[in-house]
Amino acid sequence: MSPGTGGPAPREVVVIEAGRTEGRYWRDLWRYRELFYVMAWRDVVIRYKQAAFGVAWAVLRPLLTMAAFAFVFGRIARLPSDGVPYPLFVLAAMLPWQLFSGSISDGSLVLVTNANVVSKTYFPRMVLPASSVAVNLFDLGVSLGLLAALMGWYRFAPGAGLFLLPLALLPLVALALGGALLLSALTARYRDFRYAVPFLVQFWLYVSPVGYGLDAVPARYRGLFQANPLAPLLEGVRSCILGRPLPGGWVAYAAACVSAGAALAVGVAYFRRVERGFADVI
Amino acid sequence: MGAAIRVEGLGKRYTIAHPLQDGRYRTLRESLTRGVASLFRPRASDEEFWALRGVGFEVPRGQRIGIIGRNGAGKSTLLKLLSRITDPSEGRLTLEGRVASLLEVGTGFHPELTGRENVFLNGAILGMSRAEVRAKFDAIVAFGEVERFLDTPVKRYSSGMYTRLAFSVAAHLDPDVLVVDEVLAVGDAAFQRKCLEKMEDVNASGRTVVFVSHQLAAVRRLCNRCLVLEGGHLALDSTDVDAAIGAYLRGDGAQEAVWEGTPAGAPSFAPRRLALTLDDGTPLRGAAPVSSRIRVELDAEVADPDPSLVAGLAVFDEAGELLFVSHFTDGPERDWPRVEPGMLRLACALPGGLLNEGAYRVEVVAELRCRESILEPGRSPAAVWLRLSGGLSESPYWVSRRPGILAPRLEWRGRLPG
Repeated sequence: MSPGTGGPAPREVVVIEAGRTEGRYWRDLWRYRELFYVMAWRDVVIRYKQAAFGVAWAVLRPLLTMAAFAFVFGRIARLPSDGVPYPLFVLAAMLPWQLFSGSISDGSLVLVTNANVVSKTYFPRMVLPASSVAVNLFDLGVSLGLLAALMGWYRFAPGAGLFLLPLALLPLVALALGGALLLSALTARYRDFRYAVPFLVQFWLYVSPVGYGLDAVPARYRGLFQANPLAPLLEGVRSCILGRPLPGGWVAYAAACVSAGAALAVGVAYFRRVERGFADVI
Repeated sequence: MGAAIRVEGLGKRYTIAHPLQDGRYRTLRESLTRGVASLFRPRASDEEFWALRGVGFEVPRGQRIGIIGRNGAGKSTLLKLLSRITDPSEGRLTLEGRVASLLEVGTGFHPELTGRENVFLNGAILGMSRAEVRAKFDAIVAFGEVERFLDTPVKRYSSGMYTRLAFSVAAHLDPDVLVVDEVLAVGDAAFQRKCLEKMEDVNASGRTVVFVSHQLAAVRRLCNRCLVLEGGHLALDSTDVDAAIGAYLRGDGAQEAVWEGTPAGAPSFAPRRLALTLDDGTPLRGAAPVSSRIRVELDAEVADPDPSLVAGLAVFDEAGELLFVSHFTDGPERDWPRVEPGMLRLACALPGGLLNEGAYRVEVVAELRCRESILEPGRSPAAVWLRLSGGLSESPYWVSRRPGILAPRLEWRGRLPG
């Protein structure tokens, strides 16, 4: 039970003053964690209820994209995959990519689609973009089952690096949450942002090592590719899953982690600055 | 100590940018071009508007306070501030204890989810923990009378079932301070009564309640203090609820019975003005005699005409009971006013000697027939109060209000024997 629910507990006092953001924001956020679980649970239930194929949809989407990428990059372009079956090679980066892209595309719309709830109740608005990320983490879990099945099919044994997967996902989640916060706030304020996000996602996919490996990028462009913080992070996840050395080196990886942290900080800061006005603009 | 709510110099300012000119939402492109333009000349297009200003009051714990006022008086803004949905532009607000606000029943209800799932969802949105919802689950379901349909998606519920379930979740909230909007305007009369009783229970347990309503009878029944808002200011604050309501109705009547709209409705029908006049065309001020015919003028903007538009008036009594609905399409089709893009100007008259003495709320209602509701009876912001007093009859026996809602004068005569 949260404090303030019971009778004997001391009543909490909230003071709201014009032009001053109140100090208890993070405590409030913690108190509303149940709402966060429920919102994430709602979106998961609805997603799997509504889709015609139910859970099959969560498997089919990465599977078909993976098949197309594996064919185009593996068979037609004949890019290297370090001896790993190309479909596995693609899928190992496709899953974290979908975590990221799903989080920012769902997240960008989450305030608008929940406008009714936002304009009728109080809660820390951060709950909503955070639940978008949580739903995509759930999808990732489902897709990991697909990956395991594919590994069985190819008789491919993952290395001990697999245990590092949660750690490798951490900066990716930070980047996804930062992006979701920033884009949700921008979309709430500027409605035309919702048209920009699908393009942003598509463009980002092309410049990120999902269908191809960072190794396949000619050396003189590699620095440019690694400036994209997503590139080392996706390669990091792929390396964990496939148990191979990290391409691109640790310096680039560390820099990407720092960028992800910075993205989260910027997302939180911007979101908090405009959050209080959401109910007035939505 | 002792005050559950303390409001000091509270004000809320809204900025109105191009009203309805290019859609309701700001776009980035627009903001950028405006930003650049403002480097060269000061921005004049934005208009500032205080929805609420200089409001101060204190609510001791356990008091039930009713807030009434005309449309645009600042009731909803005050409610949004109290429930922390929006932030004040000036002043200070202190809340002690757990505050739950109920601005709408069924906030966040999802049509695809079952009744059971929606109870947990809605409970969380209203600030209940899962343990709390679980503990009260059976009571919620029993109160809402939907036991048999718990595992049916709510999209298959009738609107009555939907409302009952939604309200019963809300009714089982257990906060220190409960902020309630016009939620009782939904549901059938029997369920409304049940809700009022439930809220009286809530009161009995010493909870602080802030209640905003057009249903003056509900305010009278539930509250032991009444605030009257007028033009964003606190006009009256009294623990004599009857007196406050009476003063509100009189004060309200002294002004012209005209509503001139903040945007409401839809592109197919957006009311702009609703005015009551006497038969000779003079604006109605104060109370009209029961015997007089009241003319109604209704202007609405039609941007996108729809052949299935049905619009007109709904008249409620002081208790919020719907008395009747009248539409411009009530006559034979050849007599209907043409609906074309532009301003649709409608007129009708309320016959004299129909309604009894009292206060009546005349609302603009509209719908696309069998398709979509635009302004639902009881939820329409486009409304005026009609006050009727005197003019009952020339009879020496008929000197004051008769029992009943209607006051028709039937023609009595003696019959010849045989």
